[in-house]
Amino acid sequence: MAVTVSTRRTGRRGNAPRRRSLGYWPYLLPGAVLVAAIVVLPLVQNVYYSFTFYRGIRPPEWIGLANWQHLMHDDRFWQSFTHSIAMIVAMVVVPTLLGLLLAAILFDVVGKKFGGRVASLLRAMFYVPQIIPIVVASIVIGWIARPEDGALNEVLGAVGLDGLQQNWLGDPHFALPTIMTVLIWVQIGYPVVIFMAALQRVDPELYEAAELDGANWWHRFRAITLAVIRPEIFVVVLTCTIAALKVFAPVYALTRGGPGTSTIVPSYYSYSEFFQSQQVGYGAAVSTALTVVIVVVAVGFLILQRFVERREA
Amino acid sequence: MSRRTAWDWVLLALAGLAALIVVLPLLLLLLNSFKTPDDYNNGGPLQVPTHLSFHGIQAFWTRVDFPQKLWNSIFISGTVAVLAVVVSVLNAYALGIGRVRGRFPLLLVFLLANMLPQEALLYPLYNLFKNVGLYDSQWSVIIIFTAIQSAFGTYLLASVYGTFPRELLEAASIDGAGRWRTLWRVVVPVSWQTLSVLLIFFFIWTWNEFLIPVTFLISNDKQTVPLAVASLQGDRLMDVTTTSASALLGLIPTLVFFLLFQRTLTRGVTAGAIK
Repeated sequence: MAVTVSTRRTGRRGNAPRRRSLGYWPYLLPGAVLVAAIVVLPLVQNVYYSFTFYRGIRPPEWIGLANWQHLMHDDRFWQSFTHSIAMIVAMVVVPTLLGLLLAAILFDVVGKKFGGRVASLLRAMFYVPQIIPIVVASIVIGWIARPEDGALNEVLGAVGLDGLQQNWLGDPHFALPTIMTVLIWVQIGYPVVIFMAALQRVDPELYEAAELDGANWWHRFRAITLAVIRPEIFVVVLTCTIAALKVFAPVYALTRGGPGTSTIVPSYYSYSEFFQSQQVGYGAAVSTALTVVIVVVAVGFLILQRFVERREA
Repeated sequence: MSRRTAWDWVLLALAGLAALIVVLPLLLLLLNSFKTPDDYNNGGPLQVPTHLSFHGIQAFWTRVDFPQKLWNSIFISGTVAVLAVVVSVLNAYALGIGRVRGRFPLLLVFLLANMLPQEALLYPLYNLFKNVGLYDSQWSVIIIFTAIQSAFGTYLLASVYGTFPRELLEAASIDGAGRWRTLWRVVVPVSWQTLSVLLIFFFIWTWNEFLIPVTFLISNDKQTVPLAVASLQGDRLMDVTTTSASALLGLIPTLVFFLLFQRTLTRGVTAGAIK
């Protein structure tokens, strides 16, 4: 990379930078080579693998649509995507709604009546789990949820609620909600920080005018606040939905998809097909399906956003 | 600060309670990482340690050779952060300031590159790095994340450079500076604030990564801090306070980093959303 760049040093003939010429292409070289080698080609190769029988040792064998047909009837595959919906609830729906509420309280009430310092302190507290590696965050919650001597069961026992003690990660009914708790905990700070920053754009005069018109807090919130911070809501919902579809580390660290398949998610399913079952072709089909879903969701969001913006204008 | 009503206090209490619930798991971790397992079992998780014990910290520290893991994480994340910022700058210079032909489809490729699930690249990359002899080498992880982070950086920086003051570029050109000099003498210094935000984000994002490092770094002595913490879960030698201590040691470096760069990080998070 350094080599390509340093040869450019000689080519300094003082072209005006504004002119559109081929002269900027060399600057794209390192980045383009990297993205081609690390992202584009592997992606194409993975799609190819999804049409092959490939166990990682002998070369892949073309079998057409067989993996994809199998996928359509694979309960585990559909189950993994059903769990993705649970991940979206935990990473998008709950944090966005709670985040709106908390950001509004912190900005409107705490910040204005009790001072900016109190508001920033609370904001920082909400944000702390965001900066922890997600695997470590999972282990923190997993540690609290340990079945025999975890803090949660110990506390439940101590206050006489023994009946509520559970094997939080080992019981198929509770493992998924426990993982969802990890994700809500990790995620909540992100919308709070973004929405609080966005609220600063709301013109206080609009609020005062609304107040004079007799609008209550909820009316103001809906008519003014939500309208102003809608771009941020879009960004948060889009980025968090994509992140929710990709969830891997908490499942890997806490349950490995189990007990049974009660916490399996698409990314973990493809990973286990790659490296445990050695069904590389099939794992490639699962991960390609996930890619398609993510691209469709992202493009769908952007189209929706543009549509809403046009309708406003 | 206007007068506070009872309702204001209620809302403050609610927000404060919610914030407390969020930090509670970390307080529990802190409280129990310095106990012996006996102390934990006798007094429960809510009690202050009867005496300060470094049993758990020490056990985890020596078992995983924590300083080594710390260095591995710093080396990988630091190298990725610097390389990815350099690549992002070069790309964005061509796309945002050079306005090369076909820049919109290229930007779309960079955007998608960052959005894709890593699982969809995992096995081909595994084959690729095995073939070139970099499997189980930290350079495999460095190269992969330089590509992925710089894809995001390119997307963001290209739009920042799209509004770069033209007068500055013209002035440089009149002074006889070529493109290469203009980039390093004008564009980089002027956009240094954005670049420093990217640098810090790339560092922390790479630090927190899991799937690709866990696939490519097999040898114990090459692993990063998050891998070291995760690798011991389910190990029967990990008693309750050692597990607690392992998580505590795993989160301290990012917490310190956050406190050091809090302002830059907050600015970055909010700026990224508006883009």
